[in-house]
Amino acid sequence: MNFQDFLFYFFSGVLVFSALGVITLRNPVYAALLLVLAFFSSAGIWLLLEAEFLAITLVLVYVGAVMVLFLFVVMMLDINLEQLREGFWKWFPFGALLSLVLAIEMSMVLMGKQFNLENMPVPQPHGTDYSNTKELGRLIYTEYVYAFELAAVILLVAMVAAIALTLRYRTDKKSPNPSKQVAVKREDRLRIVCIPSESKE
Amino acid sequence: MDYTQQLFEQMFGTEWGITVFILAKNLFYIFAIVVPLLLAVAYLTFAERKIIAYMQIRVGPNRVTFFGIPWLRGWGQPIADAVKAIMKEIIIPTGANKFLFLLAPILTIAPALAAWAVVPFSPELVLADINAGLLYILAMTSLGVYGVIIAGWASNSKYAFLGSMRSAAQVVSYELAMGFALVCVLMMAESLNLGDIVKGQQGDSFLNWYLIPLFPMFLVYFISGVAETNRAPFDVAEGESEIVAGFHVDYSGMAFTVFFLAEYANMILVATLTSIMFLGGWLPPLNIAPFNLIPGIVWLLMKIAFMLFFFLWFRATFPRYRYDQIMRLGWKIFIPITLIWILLLGILLQLPESSKELFPLNLWFK
Repeated sequence: MNFQDFLFYFFSGVLVFSALGVITLRNPVYAALLLVLAFFSSAGIWLLLEAEFLAITLVLVYVGAVMVLFLFVVMMLDINLEQLREGFWKWFPFGALLSLVLAIEMSMVLMGKQFNLENMPVPQPHGTDYSNTKELGRLIYTEYVYAFELAAVILLVAMVAAIALTLRYRTDKKSPNPSKQVAVKREDRLRIVCIPSESKE
Repeated sequence: MDYTQQLFEQMFGTEWGITVFILAKNLFYIFAIVVPLLLAVAYLTFAERKIIAYMQIRVGPNRVTFFGIPWLRGWGQPIADAVKAIMKEIIIPTGANKFLFLLAPILTIAPALAAWAVVPFSPELVLADINAGLLYILAMTSLGVYGVIIAGWASNSKYAFLGSMRSAAQVVSYELAMGFALVCVLMMAESLNLGDIVKGQQGDSFLNWYLIPLFPMFLVYFISGVAETNRAPFDVAEGESEIVAGFHVDYSGMAFTVFFLAEYANMILVATLTSIMFLGGWLPPLNIAPFNLIPGIVWLLMKIAFMLFFFLWFRATFPRYRYDQIMRLGWKIFIPITLIWILLLGILLQLPESSKELFPLNLWFK
C-alpha cells in the first residue's frame, strides 16, 4: 500500500462514515455539517483522480454556497421530528425501490469481473503541465456546447421562477427604497438658513 | 536536501521514506509561512490601534515595552494581549452545544491559514504551485463563513444567531462579485495559477499591472474583500451597537482570540491577493536599476502593507452600512458591473491584431 492508496482509503472511510451520519443523526444541524464533511472527502477522492477543477468546484459551490444556505434554513426552522416521520410508510415502497436500484448498481461495480470491467485500460497518469481545467473548458465549449447552454438556460429559468414565486409587493407595509435614499442630495433634506446675529443692546 | 532525504529513507524504508520526507519538508514550509503570518497578525492589531489613534488625534497604546527600552513603548502590547488572552478562562454557556462551540473558532482560522498554501512570494517561493490556485483560494475563502454560522448557532443566543445569519447572507452575496472580478483576472492572464498571473503582468513598468485595464474590478474585488472579512464598514456580523458583538458575544479568552486572529489573517490574505492579482505581486513598479535590485518579496510585502493600510483607514473613516444597503451594493451594483466588464473584456481580447495596434491596447491585450 503506498501513500496514494492510504489517502484513498482515508477519504473513503471518512466519506462513508459522514454519509451514514447524514441519514442517521437526529439533529439536522449535525446532519448538514456531516454532509459538508462528505463533500470534502469526495473532493479529496476527485483530487486523487486528477480532476482538480471538479474537486475544487465541489468545495466552492456546494460547501461554500449551497450548504451555507442549507445550514441557514436548517438552523432557522424548528423541525418537528414526529411530523417528519408521518409519511414514512406511505413513501417506504418508493424508497425501497430506489435503494434496490442503488444496490444493483453498486453490485455491478463490485462484481466487475462478470461484466469484463477488467478489460478497461487503467487511465494513464498525466504530466505536471496537464491542466484539468483547460481540458474541461475546451470540451464544454466545443463538443458539448449545446448541452452546456441548455443546462445554463434551465438554471436561468429556475432562478427566474424562484424569484417570481417569492417576490411579492406588500401594500400594507411601508418599506424604505434604498435607491431613493442613496440618491438623496443635501439640498433635498437640509435647508440652510442665514440668520443674522442680533446686536447686543 | 539529498542528505536529509537519505536519512529519512534509512529511518522509514525506501518505500515510505520519500513520503515521510515530503510530509516533513512541507510541514517545515508550513511553519515557515504560518509563524511569520501570526507575528504579522499580532503586529497588525498594534498597527491598527496606532494608526486609528493617530487618525483620531489620540496616541494609542504607548506603555508596554521590551526590557524597559523607552523608544519601544507600545511595541510590547500585542505580546501582552496574547499572554492575557491565553490566561483567561474560556466560558462555555450552559445552553451551548459544547462541541460545535469549541469547533467554530478552529473552523474560522483553518481556511484563513490554508489559503496561504498557494500564495507565491517570489517566482520560486511558493508552497504548492498548483494549476488551479485561484479556484483553490476562492474555495478556501468561502469556507470561513462556517465558523461564523456555527459559532452563532452553537452559542444558543439570539444576538449571536442574528449576527451569524447576517454574516452568512453577506458573505454568500459578495462571493459572487468577488468570483466574477477574478474571472476578469484569469481572462487576462489565461491561467489560474497565481504565479502565472503575476508573470502575465511583467513588463517595463507599473502600466502593465492589471490594476489599469481592470481598475473597476480592482475596486469591486477589494471592497468585496472588505465585506468578506466582515470588516468595517461591513461589520454588521458584529454590529456592537445593534446586536452587542454578533456571533462572538458568548466567546471569551483564547476562543475569542482565535476569531480575532482569523479576521486579521483574512485581512492580510485579501491584501496579499489584491497585490498579487492587481498590483503585480513581486514585480517592481519600474523595471530599472534601483528598483529591480530590491528582492521581489520586499515589493510584495510593501504592497501588502499598502493595501492593509486601506483596511485600517476604512475603519477609522466610514460609518457602518445599513444591512439592506449592503445587499443592494453587492447584488445590484457590483454584480452588474462585473458582468458588463467580463463581456467588454471578452470583446477586447478577441479584437483583430490590427485594431489593437491603433490604441496602446497591445500593452495589456496581447
